[in-house]
This record gives sequence, structure tokens and C-alpha cells, in this order.
Amino acid sequence: MQFGIFTIGDVTADPTTGRTPTEAERIKGAIAMAKKAEEVGLDVFATGEHHNPPFVAPANPPVLLANIAAQTQRLVLSTSTTLITTNDPVRIAEDYAYLQHLADGRVDLMMGRGNTGPVYPWFGKDIRDGIPLAIENYALLRRLWTEENVTWEGKYRSPLQSFTSTPRPLDGIPPFVWHGSIRSPEIAEQAAYYGDGFFHNNIFWPMSHTKQMVQLYRRRFEHYGHGSADQAIVGLGGQVFMRPNSQDAVREFRPYFDNAPVYGHGPSLEEFMRQTPLTVGSPQQVIDRYMTMRDHVGDYQRQLFLIDHAGLPLELALEQIEILGTEVVPVLRKEQDALRPAHVPEAPTHESLLAAQREDVLDTDDAFEGATL
Amino acid sequence: MTERTLTVVSAGLRQPSSTRLLADRLAAATVQALQEQQVEVAEQVVEVRDHAHAVTDHLLTGFPSGDLQAALDDVVRADGLIVVSPIFSASYSGLFKSFFDVLDPDSLTGKPVLLGATGGTARHSLALEHALRPMFSYLRAVVVPTAVYAASEDWGVGEGSGSGLVSRIDRAAGELAELMVQRPALAPADPFADPTPFAQLLGD
Repeated sequence: MQFGIFTIGDVTADPTTGRTPTEAERIKGAIAMAKKAEEVGLDVFATGEHHNPPFVAPANPPVLLANIAAQTQRLVLSTSTTLITTNDPVRIAEDYAYLQHLADGRVDLMMGRGNTGPVYPWFGKDIRDGIPLAIENYALLRRLWTEENVTWEGKYRSPLQSFTSTPRPLDGIPPFVWHGSIRSPEIAEQAAYYGDGFFHNNIFWPMSHTKQMVQLYRRRFEHYGHGSADQAIVGLGGQVFMRPNSQDAVREFRPYFDNAPVYGHGPSLEEFMRQTPLTVGSPQQVIDRYMTMRDHVGDYQRQLFLIDHAGLPLELALEQIEILGTEVVPVLRKEQDALRPAHVPEAPTHESLLAAQREDVLDTDDAFEGATL
Repeated sequence: MTERTLTVVSAGLRQPSSTRLLADRLAAATVQALQEQQVEVAEQVVEVRDHAHAVTDHLLTGFPSGDLQAALDDVVRADGLIVVSPIFSASYSGLFKSFFDVLDPDSLTGKPVLLGATGGTARHSLALEHALRPMFSYLRAVVVPTAVYAASEDWGVGEGSGSGLVSRIDRAAGELAELMVQRPALAPADPFADPTPFAQLLGD
């Protein structure tokens, strides 16, 4: 099972000091968090993509991830999410294939639609076309990655005549794709249709809802013949803040919670902890809580934690990554892996996809030799 | 014997609440009118005040907490609705509106609805027509022609047959019962049970 962190890069004032980090601090902070994640043994770093304040830091995931790739050796670099609606699929195809080469294949990505109406027109699009854009653009993206010579015509971009997206995906293997959606069954259906991963970012949602979305994806994954429902590739979000003593964690995190951009000034911290995966307490409480996720969604492949939003300063975020990597994830990894049946796969990586491709080639060779004998 | 479900949404704030009093009277008259047509009625009451915090949290977080989901389900799954708001500043109360704001906008389509409102003076009675009725028309609910307003003076009048309020309640309840018998609301589609196949999404 993969564990990691994801960031939305919000530039938010620290409510305890009133200090707002600069964009430069936030961007460099993302790199520091990624390096810390690798150092303490986490598997994945994912960055969001936004084009409106206060989410300034990760406007350009491929650039950020390329920089991180140069400073890490093992970490899988991903997105949370790449905007499949407002980005040109041609640029997505080229940028992330390029990133694959720079990162020696340590790249996957998560497609998302983005959430606010005003963003779409900045890129010549309309939010009312959100789902059709996600469907058409992704269908084109797949062709650009798997076919060298693409002639294509669709609704939302200019036609392509004999177009070759460059560079080609590393080893001819496109990055593994997750589809992220919080509430659209169409996106769970899309992920299932292609046999791609499905990530439910449940950090602001009750488990009952997450369960519905994941069950739909699993059922349809099996329907489309990619394997049994429990072999579908599922990822979940999470949100934690930890101190050895849970009362200290609550006291320290409460001002960040109460003033958070998304849910601040709404439910109490205690209510939100009951309703969503937010866990503020001791490392053991986080372990206990996140061990229950599989009871709701089945054995899953990727768990990402949000730890740096709502004005939490970088030093605290780095401390939290350290606690995750040293005290929480080793236990979760061991216990989850022990419980997972053998036929439930790990999340695909470049290495595993490459190995599978070689196996296919060998199988074909065997068949050929058999025929000539 | 046919069966129908009736959900009453009452957005009064005080205890005892004249809004709830009107809601109960409308409900009782509707149940009676349905029973006269051999229809069995299952009735639920949603006191919006009980969900005031959850409604605000839902506006901020985007999901219903606690018992709010069950209350919203009661509204969406009802064959008929009675909705009653106090009139504040010439319109429905903010809490009443917020409760309907967190419902899926398509979830009341075709649903028979009886409108009621209360206030201190009869001079606000047309708020039913210029505020509540357009709101429910927008939601594509089927609103019965008679909307019932009760002012302080209406409660002062006895239960005699001459009472205007009683006859208005009976007329409105009869209209709602008639609609509920004729066209039971459609069960809401469950997008999780029956997803649009991807080939169809690709073809669109």
C-alpha cells in the first residue's frame, strides 16, 4: 500500500500569528515537504493545480514536480488534481510524458475537473461542460499517449491531423491515471470503464458518501472486465494533526481548523472529526482511525494525507510529515498489507507496468515459438 | 388501500410556534381529506429549527451532518409536502430558505406542495404569492392554488364554521390531497444504483 501527502498550496495567513507566507515561501515549502516525505519513508507526493488565489503555489504541477524529481530518488510524484477540463490534453500529454523522462518514471497523475465557475472562462471553457470536457479530453489524452500518429476531431479543441505528441511516454508506458471526483458518478464510471484508479478525496465528506462512490466504481470496474470489484485501484484522502498527547493536538490545531478557508466558521472541530476522516490526536488515534477505512471501502491502494493547509506553518507541516513517516505509516502499512488478500493488487507503478509489458511480450514470443515448432 | 407519504416542513422559531400550529392544522386536514378517499397516510414532520446548525454547516461544508440527511430524505421521498414559514421582512425566513437551498434543485420536480405562512398581521399575506410561490415554481413543484396565511387575528377567532382560516385550510388541504391521489411523486433516481453507461457519456 502507498502512503503519501497531498497539498493544495493555499497561501493562508497563520491565524495564530496573522502572518501570511509569501508565494516563494509556499512554493519552496512544497519542495521541502516532498523531500521530507521521501526522507521519512513515505511513497507519494501529490500537488493540486489551481489558478486562483489563495491557491497560488501549485499553478503548474509539472514544473514543481520536475524540480522535486531532481531532488529525490524514490518518491512517486503525482497530482491532486490535474485539470482535465481546462488544460489542453495535448499539453497534458506532452508535459507529463516529459516529466516521466525527467523523473525516471516516478510519475502518475490524478485527473480532476476543478471546482469553481469563474476558472473555466479564463481558459476559454464553460463549467457547464465540465463532465463532457473531462470525458472528451481524457479520451484524446489516452490516444496521444498510446498512438504515435493521431488524427482526431472533437467538440472542445481544434482538430489534429497526423499529430505526434512528444516526447513519447517513457518506455512506451503512459503514466498511470487516477480519476478524482467527490460527487460525480460519471467520473467513477469513467475510471471503471478504462480500468484506471479512482481516488475519492473524502477529507470534507462523510464516509457514507465515500463508500457509495467507491462501491459504484468497484462494481463498474468488474462490469467492464478489468478484474473483480475488490481488485479495483482505490485511493483515499485523509487529514490529520498529531501530538503525543491528544489534548495538545486539539488545542494546537483548533485555531487552524476554526479559520480554515473551506470549512472554517462552520461545524466544530469535534463534529467535523466525527463526520469526516479528520483526526486530531495522538499517532495511535490516527492509526486506529485509518485502520477502519478498509471496513468502508475495502482494501485500497493509496492513502494521501493533507497536512499543510489553513495557514499551518512549514515547520509544523514538516514535523507532521516526520510523525507520519516514523510513527504512523509503518504501522498502517504493516497491518494493512497483512490484511490484504493476495489477489488484491498494489497500485501500479512505472516498474510494475513495465514488468507487465515485458511479460506480455514474452508470452507473445512463446506463442510464436510454439507455432513455428 | 393506497398509501401516500406526507412531509410537513415547519420553520417556526418559537415554542409554542404559530407556524407549527398552522402546519399541524394543514396536515390534519390533508390526512383527513386523503382518508376520505381511502388513502392511508404516513406523515413526517421536519422542524427546521432542530436542524438550524446543520443547515448552516451544510451551506459551508457541502454535506449534511447528523439528522439533516434523514430530514432531507423525508422531503425528497414524500408524495406531498406542506411547507410553512413565518414571514420575516416581507418574505420567507432565512432559515426556511436555507433548508431548501441545501436540497438538490431537481428533487422537488413534480411534487405537490401546499404553501403556508404566518405573521403578526394580515398585511403580509401576499408574501405567499410573491415569495414562496415563485420559489417553488422555480423548483418545478406543483403548488396547489390555495396558499394559507394565518395572522394573529386568525388565531383569535373561534373554531366555528364561519372562520375564514378553517375554510382556507380545508380548501387547501383538499387541493393537496387531490393532487397526491392523482399523481404520486416519482421515486428519485439513484445515480449510484443506475449510472449512465460510459459509452453513452462518450457519445454525448
